[in-house]
Amino acid sequence: MGEKFLMKGNEAIAEAAIQAGCRFYFGYPITPQTELAAYMAKRMPKVGGTFLQAESEVAAINMVYGVAGTGKRVMTSSSSPGVSLKQEGISYIAGADLPAVIVNVQRGGPGLGGIQPSQSDYFQATKGGGHGDYHLIVLTPASVQEMAELTVLAFDLADKYRMPAMLLADGTIGQMMEPVSIEGITPHPVEKPWAVTGTEGRRPHNIINSLYLDPEELERMNIERFARYRKVEENETRAEEYCMEDADVAIVAFGIAARVAKNAVAALRAEGVKAGLIRPITVWPFPKKVIANAAKHVKAFLSVELSMGQMIEDIRLAAGGVRTELCFRAGGMIPSPEQIIKAVKALEEV
Amino acid sequence: MKRLSLFCGHFGSGKTNVAIHFAERMAAQGLPVTIADLDIVNPYFRTKDSEDALAAKGIEVVTLPFANTNVDLPALPKFVYTLFTDRSRQAVLDIGGDDRGALVLGRFVPFIKEEGSFELYYVVNFYRYLTRTPDEALQVLREIEAACGLPFTAVINNSNLGRETTVQTVLDTEKKAADLCVLTGLPLAGTAIREDLAEQVRKSGLCGTVIPLTLQKGV
Repeated sequence: MGEKFLMKGNEAIAEAAIQAGCRFYFGYPITPQTELAAYMAKRMPKVGGTFLQAESEVAAINMVYGVAGTGKRVMTSSSSPGVSLKQEGISYIAGADLPAVIVNVQRGGPGLGGIQPSQSDYFQATKGGGHGDYHLIVLTPASVQEMAELTVLAFDLADKYRMPAMLLADGTIGQMMEPVSIEGITPHPVEKPWAVTGTEGRRPHNIINSLYLDPEELERMNIERFARYRKVEENETRAEEYCMEDADVAIVAFGIAARVAKNAVAALRAEGVKAGLIRPITVWPFPKKVIANAAKHVKAFLSVELSMGQMIEDIRLAAGGVRTELCFRAGGMIPSPEQIIKAVKALEEV
Repeated sequence: MKRLSLFCGHFGSGKTNVAIHFAERMAAQGLPVTIADLDIVNPYFRTKDSEDALAAKGIEVVTLPFANTNVDLPALPKFVYTLFTDRSRQAVLDIGGDDRGALVLGRFVPFIKEEGSFELYYVVNFYRYLTRTPDEALQVLREIEAACGLPFTAVINNSNLGRETTVQTVLDTEKKAADLCVLTGLPLAGTAIREDLAEQVRKSGLCGTVIPLTLQKGV
């Protein structure tokens, strides 16, 4: 690990992207992610990269589509309403099998909502968002250090599986400042023989497209893509388990909710309550096996979310009928450790 | 003591914490003090976070009604001109980060220059990634001066790693701060440190004034 610096979560994403070899950033300002774009505006010219504030989120994601076709590492970022605008472009990038990184520093919704943190874009991130059969690899950082590390991982996985990856953060992690070590993170770039870089007469030209005139070929492409998604599920599912060995109640939480939940677990353990935490680091692929294994010994799951309850559906699908309840705050509010402790105790008593 | 104390610096360098400390110190000396939140860049981590604590110390807070709400409006408080017209009070001005944040000062520069009683402090944290060296810190300083149209008058070293800050963390930046002062020709107004570490830093033989900070409410 290199020297530590004090960074905002949004800045850590930006600097990690640069360290990962990203030299193209297209975005449009929106709170609470604007520092990311502002940082890129300052830094990209110094590393020979391109920062462009597009005229809209729609323009930005289509610029990402264009650069991704050339095989260069490219990123855009926004917050919830802006990410909604990007969905058509994301679907095209997925349909053209291109790697790119999209950052969503979530805020309260729906609609214009508010500028406080939220996790209510879980469905949008994990269940499509745009049209058609596709997935994004969705990574959920819970610290400023993870903002950096998972950004680099997002670029690596996007390249490896030729698919877009999303960093699903929230306004708290985006805005908070923590010491971070950013220079020891090693990216893993890959060869991209499919990239549109000019043939110079050496080979037939590559085509980047998501249009297939023959429906049978389009079906074949979808089936091939989903075979790749199965490999992602097998190889890239990530979760952290905390105090789960003998847990009676498993809290499931990601991002900022997981940080609060970890404090709640520590407090509950001090009181002798056997609580544990499963923290999905990828929410697509969702850590179904970790949930299924825990379901063999826990009495109940408690999904802690900054939403009206979205991830809870994935937990229920994996929990095999084990009781699963929700503990939430919405609209930009964050659950307190006390609220979580109370909810766990209520489940313990049943 | 100059009547106007202005705090500028790189985004996230700790201007608000330092500005609040200066306002509290003036109030403790029995001076009438107003602190103004002129940050039009960041809608979070505002002077308003400490409004009640400041009011309890008799410090008047000029801030936006929208601060800490869901309205992200880059506007200025309506009483902002009283900072310049009411010369009976000390005024502490907490400005937004970088050149973007300092732009806000432009319209007030004629008032500030006419009165001629101001300190413009450059708050620097050498653990921030874009001000890691004296040269980088100097570049940000010059960008801010160009944006606001006022020259800095002093440097405040607020180098820290948040909760991981130790005495050594601060001491390791002493030379960088001194070098920045040589590069700019500005005096070092002090080295800021979390108050529980201040005594140890004082005893360490660090040059200049130690500024003990009470950290404001954060995440």
